[in-house]
Amino acid sequence: MKHATAATETIENDSFTVTDVFKICIRCERLSKKDFGVRIPRPLGNGPSRFIPEKEILQVSKVDPRTQSIFEDAFAALGRLDNISLVMGFHPQYLESFLRTQHYLLQMDGPLSLHYRHYIGIMAAARHQCSYLVNLHVNDFLQVGGDSKWLNGLDGAPQKLQALGELNKILAHRPWLTKAHIEHLLKAEEHSWSLAELIHAVVLLTHYHSLASFTFGCGITPEIHSDGGHTFRPPSLSQYCVCDIANGNGHGHLEERRGNHQVSEVSGEVEVLMERMKQLQECRDEEEASQEEMATRFEREKTESMLVATAEDEECVPSRDVSRHFEDPSYGYKDFSRRGEHVPTFRVQDYSWEDHGYSLVNRLYPDVGQLLDEKFQMAYNLTYNTMAMHKDVDTTMLRRAIWNYIHCMFGIRYDDYDYGEINQLLDRSFKVYIKTMVCSPEKTTKRMYESFWRQFQHSEKVHVNLLLMEARMQAELLYALRAITRYMT
Amino acid sequence: MEKMSRVTTALGSSTISGRTMFCHLDAPANAISVCRDATQVVVAGRNIFKIYGLEEEQFVEKLNLRVGRKPSLNFSCADVMWHQMEENLLATAATNGAVVTWNLGKPSRNKQDQLFTEHKRTVNKVCFHPTEVYMLLSGSQDGYMKCFDLRKKESVSTFSGQSESVRDVQFSMKDYFTFAASFENGNVQLWDIRRPDRYERMFTAHTGPVFCCDWHPDDRGWLATGGRDKMVKVWDMTTNRAKEIYCVQTIASVARVKWRPERKWHLATCSMMVDHNIYVWDIRRPFIPFATFEEHKDVTTGIVWRHQHDPYFLLSGSKDSTLYQHMFKDASRPVDRANPEGLCFGLFGDLAFAAKESLISGDANRKPYPGGDRRYPIFFFKKPDLTEQFAHVSSALSVFESSLESKRMDWFVKTARLYLLSGKPFAELCDHNAKVAKELNRPQVSTTWTMLRIMFSDPANLSTPGPNHIGKLGTLPLMNSFSMKEMGMGTESRLDRSKGESRQDNIHLELGNSLINSNNDENEETEGSEGQAEYMFGDAELDDDDLYSMDMFFSLVFSAEEQEYTLPQEAFPLRHEIMDNPLAPEHLQQDKADSPQASGNEAEVMCLTPIESFSLISISQPLFSPHLPAPFFCPVVREMLSHYAEQGDVQMAVSVLIVLGDRIRKEIDDLTQEHWYMSYIDLLQRFELWNVSNEVIKLSTCSAITCLNQTSTTLHVNCSNCKRPMSNRGWICDRCHQCASVCAVCHHVVKGLFVWCQGCSHGGHLEHVKNWLKSSSHCPAGCGHLCEYT
Repeated sequence: MKHATAATETIENDSFTVTDVFKICIRCERLSKKDFGVRIPRPLGNGPSRFIPEKEILQVSKVDPRTQSIFEDAFAALGRLDNISLVMGFHPQYLESFLRTQHYLLQMDGPLSLHYRHYIGIMAAARHQCSYLVNLHVNDFLQVGGDSKWLNGLDGAPQKLQALGELNKILAHRPWLTKAHIEHLLKAEEHSWSLAELIHAVVLLTHYHSLASFTFGCGITPEIHSDGGHTFRPPSLSQYCVCDIANGNGHGHLEERRGNHQVSEVSGEVEVLMERMKQLQECRDEEEASQEEMATRFEREKTESMLVATAEDEECVPSRDVSRHFEDPSYGYKDFSRRGEHVPTFRVQDYSWEDHGYSLVNRLYPDVGQLLDEKFQMAYNLTYNTMAMHKDVDTTMLRRAIWNYIHCMFGIRYDDYDYGEINQLLDRSFKVYIKTMVCSPEKTTKRMYESFWRQFQHSEKVHVNLLLMEARMQAELLYALRAITRYMT
Repeated sequence: MEKMSRVTTALGSSTISGRTMFCHLDAPANAISVCRDATQVVVAGRNIFKIYGLEEEQFVEKLNLRVGRKPSLNFSCADVMWHQMEENLLATAATNGAVVTWNLGKPSRNKQDQLFTEHKRTVNKVCFHPTEVYMLLSGSQDGYMKCFDLRKKESVSTFSGQSESVRDVQFSMKDYFTFAASFENGNVQLWDIRRPDRYERMFTAHTGPVFCCDWHPDDRGWLATGGRDKMVKVWDMTTNRAKEIYCVQTIASVARVKWRPERKWHLATCSMMVDHNIYVWDIRRPFIPFATFEEHKDVTTGIVWRHQHDPYFLLSGSKDSTLYQHMFKDASRPVDRANPEGLCFGLFGDLAFAAKESLISGDANRKPYPGGDRRYPIFFFKKPDLTEQFAHVSSALSVFESSLESKRMDWFVKTARLYLLSGKPFAELCDHNAKVAKELNRPQVSTTWTMLRIMFSDPANLSTPGPNHIGKLGTLPLMNSFSMKEMGMGTESRLDRSKGESRQDNIHLELGNSLINSNNDENEETEGSEGQAEYMFGDAELDDDDLYSMDMFFSLVFSAEEQEYTLPQEAFPLRHEIMDNPLAPEHLQQDKADSPQASGNEAEVMCLTPIESFSLISISQPLFSPHLPAPFFCPVVREMLSHYAEQGDVQMAVSVLIVLGDRIRKEIDDLTQEHWYMSYIDLLQRFELWNVSNEVIKLSTCSAITCLNQTSTTLHVNCSNCKRPMSNRGWICDRCHQCASVCAVCHHVVKGLFVWCQGCSHGGHLEHVKNWLKSSSHCPAGCGHLCEYT
């Protein structure tokens, strides 16, 4: 209900909708009592995110005009203001770029038909068992005239989309695609893809993989109209929402207490971090690591990143059976590290987004390259020069460390980066969070979210989430685009 | 080293020779550079750093600079430059941010000289000063440019590009102190080497990164830039504001640009992605490359002219691990393969066509286009520029103006509006349409309609001998009045028939069937029939003009030639004879089987008589025979329709098709009909004649067409409560179980007709809303909208 009120307040001139909503609510109540015995749904979550207290999140009625206009546009385009947008509302500049890109990908001119786009979104989100996004797009999919048979599973979808399943799987977990994968999709036959369609599909897949990361990373609660977003139980019976229980967060109070207990120990966390950044900045020139040393550091970080346990292995239970949208649920990122497979090294100097990826995307799917480029830059360069309670801090180094750490997990190496910095700047609990969120987001828990960077504000944690999401998307895109480039040459 | 210097001296003469050749490298190249005397080339990449000697027939590996068991990242080069003054001096930019200089004069195996690790990010470019021996400039991803004095251990000055990554730095060839830097955000900055605090000038050259820039070797003010936006731009820097003087649009993002030595207007480019060719452009002719080198199989990463005063040798390195020397004479010239022809439509249907003059003059005696062919004089003529090496093509430009009438489509619109296609008796429709066509000054079409009426109207309409016609041509809805006159005529014709019958064997011996007379040239009968003919025409309200054009129409159908026909007098008498044919079946009801055969024979006659007079005669016969069975005309009409359709007047074809309906439909295959319908509907919709197009769709008999009306006729209704589509019933939502459509007046659910205002989307029962708006002009829901009910 929260978002509905929010929307109505935002769009004042649309009084028609407002009154209607309320009127019907009243009537609905009356009807339910008298005539039909209809049960009244009640929102389950408190606010758009499970991790962030509702009061911390912007009150839509109190935002600055710019954010408001962004919200209005989003509402006008989609007819809803989803929880993702509300959480991203912490960073209006980014939100604007994000919504513009998403709108272009889903609604504007493109090689794929509308229902294909939503279905690909469902496929990608389902890969990470993100029931939130799946539900959202199932509705959209049906609304644009999609065939509900497809929703029974990938088997029900056209062969063309089935062929994409493999790409989806690889891209989501270990994106080192090769020319052969692309060839397989593009070879001329009845159900083959065109290059432009493939680019569109790849962009959509990566977009939704990373958005799934964000959704779990910020603990986005289901919309009230979605499954799992409401309950018919009277409010007094339960204090926890189903999702919390499913994710093993039933002991909220206990955790909170423990959290308080730890605050005293970690109060200096921010200062330590800032001190380290300062040191790194200064000592940089004195201590010159040999090349071999640098290479080793990268390899070490890469290997370590694999061994970072993705914490609790408790499986969460998706409220909607999303697993039917993908095949081979056992395939995941964790598998290969245990099997000891080697992650190939991808040199960003040989294939970078700015030089190569952009050109390829823009060539085959005009304007999207530009939109993505803006979005990446926005996420990478976004800063308020603050860290927790400190102001005027240059966070470039920290942001770069986070970005490069994520790319490092996917085997992407920057020749000009000293991977030793990562160890200095990112502590273990943060690494665990990043690792979980990027590689198996469905396992992210509230405890993980709370246990890193305890003194930082929620808006900063959302900022980190944005960085993670975009870095992940770029990493996947780089692999996919490189494979396509190789196919083309 | 001694060996090398010997080689250098041996080839030190000013002439260079060679051929197009290549060698395989072990790894992809990132950049190449030549030494001053053009005898050696250095190739640098992530895993390669080698010097090759350029010999007459081949490349010879001279030196591998990548030494050591496990080469460090300092060897992973993004760029390399050979000093143009000091032949032993090289500089590389490493991907890890190091700037390294190499001294080939060193006696040890490792030639590394200096190492600068001041940049924090990848160094994209290094550049030696063209005349100063010890001055080196570097540009890096971290946004800084640094100037090094090679005699010192560290940089002498740092230039900040304000945190934007530097992609290229180039010393000006002529101005000692100036250098240009290009940036990832699309800017180009000009710096004075003595003033590290601030740039001299900055301008935005491209959208997106500027990957490269190059100063013109001779013209001091010219700077060429290439960017991700697929453009190469040439800037004049001598003026206050950098002015774009030339722009070349390529097909992929531009990775490198290099001016061609000794050729003021030429520059070479290669691209970053997708396109593997090297192009040499004449910047004054930006639409087609002057020359193309197509040898590489992956993107070209480095290009360099072999000698700074020799325009004929180009060296290139590529990701496909090859190093090429291209000879200019071996380049392919896209101009030679180009088709210098252009064709364009003007707004009002004029057509301009330019082609090589040689081609045009070839058929100088072509006949002038009737619409008026105005050969425009060439109003501008580009002076042949001797420095321009393009093959000169002079083309002739012809402009065909369509005449005033033909370019206007008014007639089409008017005709479409005024034609009647249904709703009246057949004859009236034809008459009406004929009138319309005549008013629009289209006599041929008008006559066609009249002809059709005559041909297909039931004889009862003109002269109906008896009611038994109705049985025969029962499909026609239009026979109810018989006049005595007509009866009389019928009897007369019956007489004629018997006359004709007596003579038929004279001419048509092959017609074993004696019921029909096709030809008769007896004079008495001519006389006898003349009155008849006049009478008939009077009845049909035809005037002389019509008669003539009627004949024209037939000749048109059959000979498909547009020429004037004078009606041969002899034709008249013969026409009369046929009158009895339609009566034949009527009389011979008992042996009906014969009559179709008879008409079939007649059709054969028409087709089989090639002699002009005869054909004319046989054609004109039907004109006078309103009693011929309708199928008799079908082949004629079919051809007529095809003729119209082919002429582009698909309107006529479709209109006739609709008006004739069942009479002709069977004759024309469905596909053709559908094709005509589609074309006509398309045309109508272009002219926004929605009503007519709908009428046509409705009247068409092709299933593929009629179903057009049924597409997109679904009205999707969303629940006003939950905003989800309502599937089953229009008034209650399945999801939220709310009555969605509530009347704004009585607040009850509307289950029947729901009328709503398109302005405020409130509404309700038709009656209620109607009544409400009689008394009030505001919306009954109280939203304040001024609704209207019309």
